[in-house]
Amino acid sequence: MTTRTLAVVSGGLGTPSSTRLLADRLTAATVAALAERGEGATVEVVELREHARDLADHLVTGFANRPLRTAIDTVTGADGLIAVTPIFSASYSGLFKTFFDVLDNDALTGRPVLLGATAGTARHSLALEHAVRPLFSYLRAISVPTAVFAATEDWAGAGGVDRALAGRIDRAAGELAGLVSGRPASGRPVDPFADPTTSFEDLLRGSGT
Amino acid sequence: MQFGIFTVSDITQDPTTGRTPTEAERIQAVLAIARKAEEVGLDVFALGEHHNPPFFSSSPTTTLASVAAQTSTLQLSTATTLITTNDPVKIAEDYAMLQHLSGGRVDLMMGRGNTGPVYPWFGKDIRDGIELAVENYALLRRLWREDVVNWEGRFRTPLQGFTSTPRPLDGVPPFVWHGSIRSPQIAEQAAYYGDGFFHNHIFWPPEHTQRMVEFYRRRYEHYGHGSADQAIVGLGGQVFMRRNSQDAVAEFRPYFDNAPVYGHGPSLEEFTSQTPLTVGSPEQVIERTLGFRDYVGDYQRQLFLIDHAGLPLKTVLEQLDLLGEEVVPVLREEFAARRPAHVPEAPTHASLVAAVGGGSDPTVHAPADAVTGQAR
Repeated sequence: MTTRTLAVVSGGLGTPSSTRLLADRLTAATVAALAERGEGATVEVVELREHARDLADHLVTGFANRPLRTAIDTVTGADGLIAVTPIFSASYSGLFKTFFDVLDNDALTGRPVLLGATAGTARHSLALEHAVRPLFSYLRAISVPTAVFAATEDWAGAGGVDRALAGRIDRAAGELAGLVSGRPASGRPVDPFADPTTSFEDLLRGSGT
Repeated sequence: MQFGIFTVSDITQDPTTGRTPTEAERIQAVLAIARKAEEVGLDVFALGEHHNPPFFSSSPTTTLASVAAQTSTLQLSTATTLITTNDPVKIAEDYAMLQHLSGGRVDLMMGRGNTGPVYPWFGKDIRDGIELAVENYALLRRLWREDVVNWEGRFRTPLQGFTSTPRPLDGVPPFVWHGSIRSPQIAEQAAYYGDGFFHNHIFWPPEHTQRMVEFYRRRYEHYGHGSADQAIVGLGGQVFMRRNSQDAVAEFRPYFDNAPVYGHGPSLEEFTSQTPLTVGSPEQVIERTLGFRDYVGDYQRQLFLIDHAGLPLKTVLEQLDLLGEEVVPVLREEFAARRPAHVPEAPTHASLVAAVGGGSDPTVHAPADAVTGQAR
């Protein structure tokens, strides 16, 4: 059985956090959908709250300290990503954006990602489409068609989750599982210190004579 | 092994007094620091190049020529020379001139420069950074090694029958280091030519420096210049010392907290644990510095940054006393005891001249007849 790695980035700040709650629901549904395809999954969660100061330090110093480096490596080394942010002032939270700001531009290229967001009211739901999805398009990640938004009212239904939300979660998880299981085993990020594929002579030939 | 200091030439407010030195004061202070470096027995003084406030060092060879005139043994270097935005013709001329004036006490460290706005000031585009470094350096090498150069490239006007003057002292160009914090292409460039590689070793964690240096060493061997452990490696480093380590921490903290580059971010304690910065007693600096060898191997040059972030001249001179009297003598002895015989020292003018079997007079005399090029 192939075992896939799922990285989960949660930008929630409260404890408990509805953002984490949605992330967990999306994760469980994705693991189940992978299992249906005969694939196992290892889940690694990155709670951005724990890295709030690490991220601010990175902005100032230009490098990731060890805890943040571990989190970045977790995310950039995973087969699939579940990224969930609270919506603040009509967009992703600053903390969530900062995490993706400090990744190398090509760190998520081609990586399947499921987008989720939470907010107090459903009036924020299109923030997923006008803010979060373009961010991942810029990063050349492959975001699944269904992005999942949960407002406070969505948590009120039977089992703590509105049936419509549960349906969206399952649909999105199925889409992510399909992309993850369709790709070759883990695309680890390119090692910048591997022997160069372009020889220095080629670099020189591109220049003066 | 060579020990020395490097300065970025920043003119920064002293956060403890609120006073910012004038350019005139800071320029004189850097000359005093260089003289002191030689006086306390250090080997190298390296000067940065910047073209915007708060820095003064837009014209490093002018400053280094003055240092050369006021010293007799100090090796002069740069940290870094902008190989991207400087015309390689001017670098070839300026540093060959400095070689003559200083009696061969010159090497250079090439860098791309990380200040985006500088590129357009010199008609360049930062997106061409790597390509500029590659083309310009290839031309620079030819200008120092070939009396007459015909050349055409992407980034400057072609050269026809060009002779860069003066020719390098004794016919031997200055040794070159390449400095880069994070670009493997620059380490590759250093390895390709068998030049030195210098890691700033200030802003990033040691693990990163280790990977860059390992890469450079592996590629140095690949290109046939010697075994990986014979590659020429230099490291930066940042220290602040007092006899009592608590005094060092208390005195340095306001400078750290307000430092232009990393201030207002991690605490001094966090930065000290995450990067090679050492704030403490001379013994602590010795121990930490000897530890650098554990992750980069035996290396040839250690430069310390000691005069930035608004530290007053008097304090910097005291740091130099501590370095010269207590730290460097121990480091010299300890590093020498650990280094295997097949690991070379950093090249100097004398060693490079010896390597080619002695110097020659490289003067290119003007032809008597400038039309046909016929010699007299």
